[in-house]
Amino acid sequence: MERWDVIVVGGGHAGCEAAAAAARMGARTLLLTHKLETIGVMSCNPAIGGLGKGHLVREIDALDGIMARAADQAGIQFRVLNRSKGPAVRGPRAQADRQLYRRAIREHLSEQANLTVRSGSVEDLCLTASGLCEGVVTGAGERIAAKAVVLTAGTFLRGLIHIGETRRAAGRVGDAPALGLAATLARLEFALGRLKTGTPPRLDGRTIDYARLQVQEGDEPPEPFSSLTERIAQPQVACHITYTDEAGHALIRANLHRSPIYGGRIESAGPRYCPSIEDKVVRFPDRTRHQIFLEPEGLKDPTVYPNGISTSLPAEVQEALLRSIPGLERAAMLRPGYAIEYDYVDPRELSPALETRRVPGLFLAGQINGTTGYEEAAAQGLVAGINAARLSGGAAADFVPDRAQAYIGVMIDDLVTRGVSEPYRMFTSRAEYRLHLRADNADLRLTGLGQEIGCIGPARQRHFAAKAAALAAWRARLQTLAATPAEAARQGLSIRQDGIRRSAFALLRYPGVDMARLSRLWPELRAVPAALADLIQTEALYEGYLERQGADIAAYRRDEALRLPAGLSYAEIGGLSNEARQILERARPASLGAASRLPGMTPAALVALLRHVRRARRSAA
Amino acid sequence: MSEPRPDRPPAGAETVFALSSAPGRAGVAVVRVSGPGAGGALRRIAGGLPEARRARLARLRAPDEGADLDRGLVLWFPGPASATGEDLAEFHLHGGPAVVAGVIEALSALPGLRPAEAGEFTRRAFDNGKLDLSEVEGLADLIAAETAAQRRQALRQMSGALSARAEAWRGKLLQAMAHLEAAIDFAEEELPEDLAVQARPVIAALAGEIGAALDDGGRGERLRAGLSVAILGPPNVGKSSLLNALARREVAIVAEQAGTTRDVLEVHLDLGGYPVTLADTAGLRVLSETSGQAAVEAEGIRRARARAEAADVQLLVLDIREAGPSAPTGFPGAERDRILVLNKADLAGSPETGALADQAPCVVSAKTGAGLEALIARLAEQAAQRMSGGGAEPAITRARHRAALGEAAAALARAAAAREAELMAEDLRLAARALGRIAGRVDVEDLLDVIFRDFCIGK
Repeated sequence: MERWDVIVVGGGHAGCEAAAAAARMGARTLLLTHKLETIGVMSCNPAIGGLGKGHLVREIDALDGIMARAADQAGIQFRVLNRSKGPAVRGPRAQADRQLYRRAIREHLSEQANLTVRSGSVEDLCLTASGLCEGVVTGAGERIAAKAVVLTAGTFLRGLIHIGETRRAAGRVGDAPALGLAATLARLEFALGRLKTGTPPRLDGRTIDYARLQVQEGDEPPEPFSSLTERIAQPQVACHITYTDEAGHALIRANLHRSPIYGGRIESAGPRYCPSIEDKVVRFPDRTRHQIFLEPEGLKDPTVYPNGISTSLPAEVQEALLRSIPGLERAAMLRPGYAIEYDYVDPRELSPALETRRVPGLFLAGQINGTTGYEEAAAQGLVAGINAARLSGGAAADFVPDRAQAYIGVMIDDLVTRGVSEPYRMFTSRAEYRLHLRADNADLRLTGLGQEIGCIGPARQRHFAAKAAALAAWRARLQTLAATPAEAARQGLSIRQDGIRRSAFALLRYPGVDMARLSRLWPELRAVPAALADLIQTEALYEGYLERQGADIAAYRRDEALRLPAGLSYAEIGGLSNEARQILERARPASLGAASRLPGMTPAALVALLRHVRRARRSAA
Repeated sequence: MSEPRPDRPPAGAETVFALSSAPGRAGVAVVRVSGPGAGGALRRIAGGLPEARRARLARLRAPDEGADLDRGLVLWFPGPASATGEDLAEFHLHGGPAVVAGVIEALSALPGLRPAEAGEFTRRAFDNGKLDLSEVEGLADLIAAETAAQRRQALRQMSGALSARAEAWRGKLLQAMAHLEAAIDFAEEELPEDLAVQARPVIAALAGEIGAALDDGGRGERLRAGLSVAILGPPNVGKSSLLNALARREVAIVAEQAGTTRDVLEVHLDLGGYPVTLADTAGLRVLSETSGQAAVEAEGIRRARARAEAADVQLLVLDIREAGPSAPTGFPGAERDRILVLNKADLAGSPETGALADQAPCVVSAKTGAGLEALIARLAEQAAQRMSGGGAEPAITRARHRAALGEAAAALARAAAAREAELMAEDLRLAARALGRIAGRVDVEDLLDVIFRDFCIGK
């Protein structure tokens, strides 16, 4: 029988990142996917990044993942969102050419040592007598052994597509659902839930009347995702914005009964932050228009993705709706939008390493865990791949960034402790330590950690070492240089004339002061690279806040250090209410801190837990 | 941020003891011993274990046939059915300091026994499942409530009056936060342009409301702690007699020789429903001697001064026969917090207050009780003014709550002034967390540290 260290099932964003990470860690890795052509496919909108999501992409890059570099290679419009707000809440985003993105991902995978990519379906898992996962069974009936398996089945588990009154089983338009694996997970008694998501119709851009529409250009120069990308090579294009109007809303209201959701054929929860156009019209009846971003799917591909009118109304209603929208009156619909329902595994089944507690050796990543979004999927894939490789190498599967280290840590903690009630998407407001978890310092937060566990390649190691050294040197220099308010005023800086000498670093905190202004006082500062100048300015701006957050983080880590044993019997803990016991048994939090974040937990229950942990620690001592 | 506590040895292995009744002279003093060595301590000192949960009179001796210490009641509560959940012994002694000191010394001499730290009995009870955090605070106050007003307040807190207010504030705050976060996380959506601007007045109003609640003169805490009254005055004017007369019980040794009260003695009174703590202080007089005894007395005077400075009200006691035309100066405390008491009215020919009349003195006789009712009425009036003045019921009864609200108000003030949306949001997050802490929602360890530091009734 064929033997691997790690098998990754699924070639979407989670699967590709998992396979690449496991192979980077030195595990002999097999990536199995239905079709080689759909590796790295963007099934929803042709964009990567955004608020919270852009942070995730930078973190993936900091751990030497492939998504950021592929997005840079395929990006045809780059924009940093929230540029008018502070650096912690700016999110890099790019429109990507679908084809170029797929190609870039395939190139990265094919260049990766230790990695084999093969087409094939997986119908079942191989378990040992004691219930450990030891491989997979393919559609051809072949058994392939592995020390760890990462399952990234996306929306393919009992996927069901709805368009108006019609529905059919599918994983994605044009792809078959995964029924065998769904049966396997049900047989193993995984807690499964059902979610839905949707997409808008696709348009032929050659039939859109752009002349009447608002134009949105990208940033000039474009800011890449990866710290290894020196410049963006693809030509840059514009997006356009249009709006629905009252006539379109009336049409939707008149046809609501034909929508699978309002017609009662879908009951699963969809994301509140990404409602269908039907939802928007019903829930916000006072709005006279809803915004639509027209996103090009590629440089050569005329397909346009109208972001904002996700719908599962019948195809002819979708066509009629388009007729009512300025600029789209004559637009040809290449294919209708649809809603898809799919099974997901309650992520409270997972350890923070993304390994299932039910079947050791089996890891789950991506949409199967109830998330949505390429970036969320890829970030989970990265963590699952690293941990699967660690497990196969005999180490404990325990690479788990915490909430104070990374958005990845925030996401995984949210998932495994709180579960999901709608498809989980990252927002910056999910991160308590948002001022610290910035897109501009992802590498400083994570690359060192990655080096320790061995998931950083030599090129990034060299690049990071050089950057870290330069940063340290300039930080120190800026603390040394100092000026009086009078000296500063002579160079046009308005500082309070109190006679106090301030360091260059302290001066950066003042409105209107930046490295360029400071270099009038100290010409040597012209040599500070732009990226470092921005980073240092951010540190100066947030200094007091970051100190306070540092204290917060220490308190958070104290609670996290109170570990709750995996096999803890909550029935034996005195003083727990039945309700609290049920919440805890479902979530099985890894620490007292995680328990405190569970919805419905009371101080009394936490105290009972704390008491138990203390006693356990005492008797272990 | 509190420093991490040094790791204590496992509590289960150690036996701790402490005086559990109030320090100072009392009719009965109770010394408690908790832990695996409690039974051994009973055997060594009381000569054996009494029947569980039954009081037994025993002759108490230092270990190994040592000196007689006392004849007292001993009780034995084998764990886990005891107050701390551990083996527990109680020695009910005659309340003299020498007796208590003798028993404490005898216990210290036993191997494996050490004095308990502040709050350690409570902490052990808590660790062993005998107490629950949700019960600890309100319940502790209820148990300790000595007066009707205190009990009302404790009940109100237990039933969540403060939590409800904090939750209401937190609700408003969450709304402001949500708007702000929407402006940050959904920058691409069509949102009202000025969400951050709209949040500012809401935040400022909230800061104002919390500030007003903080500005209550500390009435809630005072009601919880009681009004503190220091009795001071020159030596031998009858301060201790006055205290005893007020308390109608013997708490201090009263003698005719000047300077017998060397330390601060306390008595707790219920005046019109308000708790009042009276403290008798050593006579304040200029020392001319340099003898050892005088040095001891000087220490007493130093403590008395400190105590009087900290008191809410000072009773300045003078011998009516020696009172001059103006009140003596140089006593601690502010003029407006002082009540002038002219004692020994029974020895004066006629109750003539002379030039002191404009200070509205209370003329009393500690010996006959004359004038005491009027003095008590004055004190009760002071207590009522300081604890319930202003009409609205005080919400804040504990320093922990005040600290949390203060933190919230400060964070809100910073937020209202912040330039950047994310910095405003950060301070709102801190404010929400501080408010949440009142209901015990977060920072379990920190909360426990503070509670157990404040919470010493277990000792």
